[in-house]
Amino acid sequence: MHPLLTEEVDKRLFLLGNEAIVRGALEAGVAFATTYPGTPASEIGDNFFRIAAESELYFEYSTNEKVALETAAGAAVSGLRAICSMKHVGLNVAADPLMTLAYVGVRGGMVVVTADDPSMFSSQNEQDNRMYARLSGLPMFEPASVQEAKEMTEAAFRISEALELPVLLRTTTRLSHGRGIVTTGSLMPPKTRGAFEKESSRFVSVPANARVRHRVLLSQGEKARYMACISPYNTVTGKGRWGIATSGIAYNYVADAVKDLGIQARVKVLKLGFTYPFPEKLVVEFIRSVDKILVVEELEPVLEDNLKVTAQTNGLAIPIVGKDPELFSRLYEYDPGMVREVIARFFELRYTPPRPVDIKEDRGAVQLPVRPPNLCAGCPHRATYYAVTSVLRETQTEMVFPTDIGCYTLGFLPPLQTADLLICMGSSVTSAAGISKATGKRVIAFIGDSTFFHSGITGLINAVHNRHNFILVILDNGTTAMTGHQPHPGVEITPAGWDKPYISVEAIATACGVEQVSVVNPINLGKTKAAVKKALESNKLSVIIAKAPCPLHEARVRGKKKKRGFVVGPECNTDCTECIDTFGCPALYKNTAPDAKTTMIINEDLCIGCGVCTQFCKKIRPKKV
Amino acid sequence: MDNYRVYFTGVGGQGTLLATTVLAEAAILAGHNALASEVHGMAQRGGVVESTVMIGDIKSSIISDGEADVLLGFEPVETYRAMRKCLADSVVVSNTVPIIPYGVAIGRGAYPDVEKLFDFIRSRVKQLIILNAQALAEQAGSTLAANIVMLGALAGSGVLPIPRGAYEQTIRTKTKEKFVRTNLRAFRLGFAAL
Repeated sequence: MHPLLTEEVDKRLFLLGNEAIVRGALEAGVAFATTYPGTPASEIGDNFFRIAAESELYFEYSTNEKVALETAAGAAVSGLRAICSMKHVGLNVAADPLMTLAYVGVRGGMVVVTADDPSMFSSQNEQDNRMYARLSGLPMFEPASVQEAKEMTEAAFRISEALELPVLLRTTTRLSHGRGIVTTGSLMPPKTRGAFEKESSRFVSVPANARVRHRVLLSQGEKARYMACISPYNTVTGKGRWGIATSGIAYNYVADAVKDLGIQARVKVLKLGFTYPFPEKLVVEFIRSVDKILVVEELEPVLEDNLKVTAQTNGLAIPIVGKDPELFSRLYEYDPGMVREVIARFFELRYTPPRPVDIKEDRGAVQLPVRPPNLCAGCPHRATYYAVTSVLRETQTEMVFPTDIGCYTLGFLPPLQTADLLICMGSSVTSAAGISKATGKRVIAFIGDSTFFHSGITGLINAVHNRHNFILVILDNGTTAMTGHQPHPGVEITPAGWDKPYISVEAIATACGVEQVSVVNPINLGKTKAAVKKALESNKLSVIIAKAPCPLHEARVRGKKKKRGFVVGPECNTDCTECIDTFGCPALYKNTAPDAKTTMIINEDLCIGCGVCTQFCKKIRPKKV
Repeated sequence: MDNYRVYFTGVGGQGTLLATTVLAEAAILAGHNALASEVHGMAQRGGVVESTVMIGDIKSSIISDGEADVLLGFEPVETYRAMRKCLADSVVVSNTVPIIPYGVAIGRGAYPDVEKLFDFIRSRVKQLIILNAQALAEQAGSTLAANIVMLGALAGSGVLPIPRGAYEQTIRTKTKEKFVRTNLRAFRLGFAAL
């Protein structure tokens, strides 16, 4: 049985923040869950995926976040409790339905989880999705601990149902990927069959209805504001005339700092967990009770601005500061030491920060080698990139490479350097159209299979219809590899029991109207290069589908294959370093052993035996058994 | 009880995250509060993987510079790179076996002399414990168990208020059944390595 399905109450589980959200949803009787995977939200969907296999829960990996949110909304307007999770930038994709779903509302409770990524551990930006609560007018919860992640998810369902509005739950990487002790509550049996009761004046958002519904949203917002004022998740603790206001993960750094600095008797801490609508009444009392306020929140000055507006509205003029060149930055995540140091400075406390070991004081120090992430040994993406770049080298052609979001973005590193522009999911196809039109030159764009399903298809239809002329390489490894090998509509290697229909990338490209579509196995270098040459020569919009399974995924589902071993022959004793200068497989590197007989050497533990290198270098050959 | 902050660093694929969870669960089994923090995603494609375990009455799950009581380094250069997390009072436990970064493997940059790295660390912290975790893991039955060897060495150092039995019990219940015997051997070899 999945550990999150335990019936045991008051059991202490050591859970990931994302797992706590799943448990909270199960305790709230969730019946319907959707997602598109994205770090740091992925484990929410992955746990629901496994739980759905052994419970009444319906779960799907949707093709993108807009689809996920609308599908969950369909279940929620039919009276089921539904949850939809995504990373922060995913909510941009789902922003369109979110804005109007706020008008029409839901009948079953609906929670939308946005997992933000301050410091961009695995994201293209660090936008602050607390803004979405303000933009949509929807209530928002911001848990500070793993236990709160569970509790607030459950509370969010109740409040959503009471207000008939979806509720946002915002986490950040440090909460989603933090672990802590969670005490279980009882599981609520889900209501799994809904009924859609028609109410067209509400649910059909034509202008006449929308005008009425906007009014409803605002009045529900005032009810929510009252709920926030009396919520157990919005508290003022401590005593004294100093004030600190905080929310989310930053609360922990504040709590530890107040203790470490020994100022419990001098400072009041306003901690907000139900952060929108802004609990004005509670906050006014807090502002009145202190002489000055330091606001501790990561990223944008959201709480700070709300505090300032509240103070101004109520004729209160105490200093309220947070984002300031001398205090806190709008950039990146915070850490406990930094928060402690700023609190000490703001309240003019005597404080000596710890003195870290500084390797710059190491007089014998050498430049430390960097260790960037890399495409795995045997990754078919590398083979595709090699085929493209070697054709361009041979024909002395320069090309611009718009790329997209996935493992293959790592192609931007040397020696491949196959990435020149990256914005968001699907932007490879569409920006390629703009670049080729603006420069009058063809470009080669790269997109992964999952990203193609997510948001590449409309761009491709647009390219055909508006007569754009570029080459699109679809790197089809049959899974959503970067986020943990989640399935998508084009997967062929599937786990046992998977019974969903397969949708062919090739058939879609053809149906979009692309005349020149070729499918190649990138492990076959000759054929892949031929397809690239053909696309270059044809001078029309071309799609090349480079199709070979992700070896990690294949090994996980089918078990490890017996692999071929390869060796470098004794004639590899010149100063030729072409393999590492152009291909860059981590299994193939310079032989620095004192008794080295060959220039290069193959690491047999890393090599998976794909044999791509043997196709461009005759000195590499199968190992004789 | 005092609070303890343990910082883990290593390379993707070394099993640092399993070691992180086992340590935290062992601390809980021993009656302490524990928190952990992990980095997933992009960092795991052969890059540096960092994680933390906090034991005691602490709410923050990440470790600022100069605040780690213990640093558990699974790879010598990564141990050295993470030294900013330590202060004069820290205890450092490090594997001695290098994993050559790809840049070095293709001749861009050099891998530093491991002994010199350790000499510097030794001069700056309270205690440095080094061991060849791969060799001990192989002796235990699988090089994959090097992460549990490291955990054994941490336990053997006696820095943390967690009895040996709590680790062993956690290994029995929280690691994959078919690896339990190897892992227990690995833990004991790491424990006795000092």
